[in-house]
Amino acid sequence: MIELTTTSPLHTFPGGIHPPERKAPANSTPTKRLPLADRLYVSLRQHSGLIAELCVSVGDRVTKGQPLSKPGVDNGLPVHAPTSGVITAITEHPLNHPSALTGPTVCIEVDHLDEWGAREPLGDLSTLSRREILNYLQTMGIAGLGGAGFPTARKIAGAQGIDVLIINGVECEPYIAADDRLMREQSQGILRGSKILQELTAAKQVVIAIEDNKPEAIAAMTAALSTDNSDFILRVIPTRYPSGGEKQLIQILTGKQVPANQLPADIGVLVHNVGTAFAIAKAVDAGEPLLERVVTVTGETVAEPCTAWVPIGTPVGHVLQSCGFKAEPQQRVIIGGPMMGYTIPSLDVPVTKTTNCILAPSATELRPADEEMACIRCGACEQVCPASLLPQQLQWLAKAKDYDGLKQHHLADCIECGACAYVCPSEIPLVYYYRQAKAQIREQLIEQQKSEIARQRFEARQARLEREKEERLEKHRKAAEARKAAQAARAESNEEDPVQAALARVKARKAAQEESANAPAVDDKKDQVAAAVARAKARKAQREAEQSSEAESAADDKKAQVAAAVARAKARKAEREAAAQQAEKNGEDS
Amino acid sequence: MSWLFGILALAALAIIAGLILGFAAIRFRVESDPIVEQIDSLLPQTQCGQCGYPGCRPYAEAIANGDELNKCPPGGQATIDKLADLLGREAKPLDAAHGEEDVKKVAVIREDECIGCTKCIQACPVDAIMGAARQMHTVIADECTGCDLCVEPCPVDCIDMVPVAIQPERWKWDLEQIPVQYIDGSASSPTTEQQVETQ
Repeated sequence: MIELTTTSPLHTFPGGIHPPERKAPANSTPTKRLPLADRLYVSLRQHSGLIAELCVSVGDRVTKGQPLSKPGVDNGLPVHAPTSGVITAITEHPLNHPSALTGPTVCIEVDHLDEWGAREPLGDLSTLSRREILNYLQTMGIAGLGGAGFPTARKIAGAQGIDVLIINGVECEPYIAADDRLMREQSQGILRGSKILQELTAAKQVVIAIEDNKPEAIAAMTAALSTDNSDFILRVIPTRYPSGGEKQLIQILTGKQVPANQLPADIGVLVHNVGTAFAIAKAVDAGEPLLERVVTVTGETVAEPCTAWVPIGTPVGHVLQSCGFKAEPQQRVIIGGPMMGYTIPSLDVPVTKTTNCILAPSATELRPADEEMACIRCGACEQVCPASLLPQQLQWLAKAKDYDGLKQHHLADCIECGACAYVCPSEIPLVYYYRQAKAQIREQLIEQQKSEIARQRFEARQARLEREKEERLEKHRKAAEARKAAQAARAESNEEDPVQAALARVKARKAAQEESANAPAVDDKKDQVAAAVARAKARKAQREAEQSSEAESAADDKKAQVAAAVARAKARKAEREAAAQQAEKNGEDS
Repeated sequence: MSWLFGILALAALAIIAGLILGFAAIRFRVESDPIVEQIDSLLPQTQCGQCGYPGCRPYAEAIANGDELNKCPPGGQATIDKLADLLGREAKPLDAAHGEEDVKKVAVIREDECIGCTKCIQACPVDAIMGAARQMHTVIADECTGCDLCVEPCPVDCIDMVPVAIQPERWKWDLEQIPVQYIDGSASSPTTEQQVETQ
């Protein structure tokens, strides 16, 4: 159980650095609203993890706040139309990611009307269950605005037994002033969001932490707290990089370390960014999804460094142009700060929910990295590591691709803050090696899981084929057995077996035939033959007798005989004539 | 009589030892050779059969019985090295007779050409193809091991082996492969703009 008061001692974390802050001049002007871009590119993938299901199609007109995707079966984090317009394409577009890979993106042709769709504020929270509120936050697309963009509803849902809720307004990285300006201008909204977070997490205490290099923000938050009857604690912590890191901030405020491979919630602490708190307040009270965020636009190549409310999906190039960006030769544009940010390969990439800073430094301001030199084993990196790791040792292991060694040296606890690379006199890009090694280890883990699944599926299939074969054999065996059993049953009940009966009938018939063909039948046959001969003789005798009687009466038929003779003569004559004609014909032919 | 006593003593010892060994053989019986399990867990489980055995486990058994380690193209040199490490044998380069190491691939069925013959379903070693007779088939991409075994049986040649697309969350921080690191003077590169418009 952690209990904190406004006077409880602040602790410290090992290492840390003090790089030039350079937060001015971006933090000295009120947060602007830049002109809307003509085209917005809203990536469906705004953070690592599952993407939501697309729910619009090309040609649709969308109003401001209309969902472009919905959580779907995977409960991904949806994105919304940041302004009204027409969807001209849903296509692969460069992502705001160091890899320069493309990803599915909704391209909106902005109509500059900025027309809101239906907004449904959540209303009285006390009538709703925690689950309903969390579902609402998920459909509003609320993600952590401090760093990785983890879906806020999931972070809250996974946290049980929270003692302390920390609202993180530290913003320790150089140049970045987005949270600073937000705290100065929207302190009431941040408090409102913090209260909602406190209700959702059932946290016993709420601590708002701000670094001492932001006196105006501290004053604004103090003023807001004094008019409010909440028991929130405001703690001002000394400026040191990276005190805004989740684990480092917990250590400063509570003196406790988050154990390796565990989450802050495991020691009863939950950390949310001030921007996230404000986004929650806007979603709950005004029904506005996460459509825009404060972005710091800074660097010496930008004429008017400032912070601005930028709709999600605005191309980085448009934001820079609106602030008077003049590119140098070999200009670098960094998303995030100089310590943890990454350079982007093209200005087409859109602003996402996690883009807190667009930094366009001149070559003299942030010198491009020189060639890496050999490690001189000075040990400076070890002195500044906030996670008490051995950066030099990790570097050797990463270069040797000794992933087991890296695990033994707790590479997973590296927060990639870049302090080691900042102090390295040999300009070794240490964090780059760690990121590569982490990616390789993750890839190996994924491959291992996949191969394990493949092995299980293969074995399941082999087992299935084996089973099917056995079932077939079993079926045949059973059928044979059934036949036998039926026979036996019939034999027992003296019932006639149809097969046996049929066989018996056939046998009987055969036997009968054979019997009739055998000796006793011979006499009969002779008798029959004799009888037949006798019958034939009798018939002959009868015919002869008839003929003789005819001859006796033939005298009367003489006339008929003459006529027959005449006919015969005529026939013969005709025959002769025909033969003569034939002869003539043959003569002519030859 | 002392020689008889010696023989009897030795015989008694032999019987006792035999009984103990016999009991241990039954009581502490190992179900299968554990080295086979260990080898099997190192193999990539594509079940492609390029090694000449019907699946990864049969090859693991063959390795345990003394077969060469370098017959697994999907695992590549990394797997050969791990196997050599495990078995204390020499790590040879991949045997080209069994194929070459290639990028990870996944089978994709051109669905409008599929005639629903189920031949690929029968060939798939991990049941990663869905479909029924005279119905369109499709590959469950997450389960496909890229083993290539479904391509041969297809009578209409409608299965392609496509390299697996890199996802941002699985990207390996290969900064050398990113084309541009510096932004030129113009606000946006025209190529991507055009692509979006044409699409």
